[in-house]
Amino acid sequence: MSAFLVQMQGAVSQGILWGIMVLGVYITYKVLDIADLTVDGSFALGGCVCALLVVEKGFNPFLASMLALLAGALAGLVTGALHTAFDIPAILAGILTQLGLWSINLRVMGKSNTPFLKVDTLVTQLSDLTGLSNGWAGLAVGAVVAVVIILLLYWFFGTELGSAMRATGNNEDMIRALGCNTRITKIIALALSNGLVGLSGSLVAQQQKYADIGMGTGAIVIGLAAIVIGDVLMGRAVSFWAKLISAVVGSIVYFVIRALVLRIGLDANDMKLFSAIFVALALCIPVAMSKWRLHKAYSEDGGKL
Amino acid sequence: MLKISNVYKTFNKGTINEKRALNGIDLVLKDGDFVTVIGGNGAGKSTMLNMIAGVYPIDAGKITIDDMLFTKDGEENKIEVNISRMPEHSRAKYLGRVFQDPMKGTAAGMEIQENLALAYRRGRSRGLKWGVTKDEKEFYHEKLKSLGLGLEDRMTSKVGLLSGGQRQALTLLMATLQQPRLLMLDEHTAALDPKTARTVLELTEKIIDENHLTALMVTHNMKDAIRLGNRLIMMHEGKIIYDISGEEKKSLRVSDLLAKFEEVSGAEFANDRMMLA
Repeated sequence: MSAFLVQMQGAVSQGILWGIMVLGVYITYKVLDIADLTVDGSFALGGCVCALLVVEKGFNPFLASMLALLAGALAGLVTGALHTAFDIPAILAGILTQLGLWSINLRVMGKSNTPFLKVDTLVTQLSDLTGLSNGWAGLAVGAVVAVVIILLLYWFFGTELGSAMRATGNNEDMIRALGCNTRITKIIALALSNGLVGLSGSLVAQQQKYADIGMGTGAIVIGLAAIVIGDVLMGRAVSFWAKLISAVVGSIVYFVIRALVLRIGLDANDMKLFSAIFVALALCIPVAMSKWRLHKAYSEDGGKL
Repeated sequence: MLKISNVYKTFNKGTINEKRALNGIDLVLKDGDFVTVIGGNGAGKSTMLNMIAGVYPIDAGKITIDDMLFTKDGEENKIEVNISRMPEHSRAKYLGRVFQDPMKGTAAGMEIQENLALAYRRGRSRGLKWGVTKDEKEFYHEKLKSLGLGLEDRMTSKVGLLSGGQRQALTLLMATLQQPRLLMLDEHTAALDPKTARTVLELTEKIIDENHLTALMVTHNMKDAIRLGNRLIMMHEGKIIYDISGEEKKSLRVSDLLAKFEEVSGAEFANDRMMLA
């Protein structure tokens, strides 16, 4: 394969693996209507836990990934408790957890960067088993996990508890009046969301063959960017299936664009600025357009009515 | 049925905005009572309903409600449950509520049948069973048909697409889908146009009558307050100042109510939304 195709393949598999994080962000941002900033910390936590277990302790990579999921869920639980039991605004609760996680992550790994050298990961295991190249194996792992998670989420949000969770984001007063403890639904949603984020962090670490203390920085913005892209691409589809799939598709498109921009020669360090501007524009444009329409619609004599 | 004794509530205590909303409320409802509640602005009508529902904690006093439990022999056993300090979501199993704002009682982004399914599980634990079952859908179809608004053909439509009146009728159905011990209506027709308001009010009467519900209805329409229900209470400055029922209530006229209000409170009836005629 040409260098270009290899690069694109890498971008797509990164996109799918990060897409699992985007599914987590979707739960808080779209279903619950909360911007949860725990994500930056819990993503790195997933990577760090995975590095500790796989590299230092010699754990099976699948088990390590599941424990990374649990660790992420625990981080979400802390944010959820701060937010619901003590009425701290969700954004601030997320920032506090995220800040604390930075130190915890460093403690977990014991250093700021751990390479996955000469250890089995889900990617190398699959590649050994099937004879696929590491690039294709990474993509396959991501695709399988993403499909399983989407199926599980679709099922979960159709259950009584999942419906109550959607209602919590939709009309909290109403579902409380219908006998649902919205603190519990919020805490579960935050744990579920950050669990997926932690799982994503561990898979990304395995695919890129290292875990880094800073790997989660800006993850929330990437998540929001992917959701916005997914909305633009598949906004007309209204089914819950389509919405979940659009989150992952948005993530793939984001990483492909990123790879293209880097190929053109943009400094990798400028990507965060690029992402921030992108999300800011995506949030600003609809508001600006509706204001502009209101402004244009005014006429003193009502002549246009 | 419901007993409220000596309930007090002050908002923003110790600040310049201090407001004593409930000033020692005593009220006893009997099974099957349909009580209309009237009063001026800030009289404490909505606050009283919110205190029963547990939206805010009360400062002092006691609220109890009768619950029916089955004994081992399958006999009904009435017990009095103290709900004074029970969290809102735990009390919800006893209470059906319809709010003034049609947006408040339904989840706009969810389907009609999903909203009904949420309401059908009021007071039950919500687990990992499927959220809307097939049998339920038939049940909801029947119930929606009884509203006579054609909603039974739109069960998978998002509630956000419905008009205010339709949403309020749906909320009413949702509040009574699981028979509540007490139905609380907080000016639930006030935000609707007169024709829709009449339709929703007729539905209210029908549902209360058919299910033999105990109900508390706050209204700003004095004629409705006199015409509907078997009992009427008037509130002023956080107190119940007038309580009338039976034959006496039936013979009331709006002018009687106004005179009574002036006599008891020493002030003119002030409610900018109150309909006198």
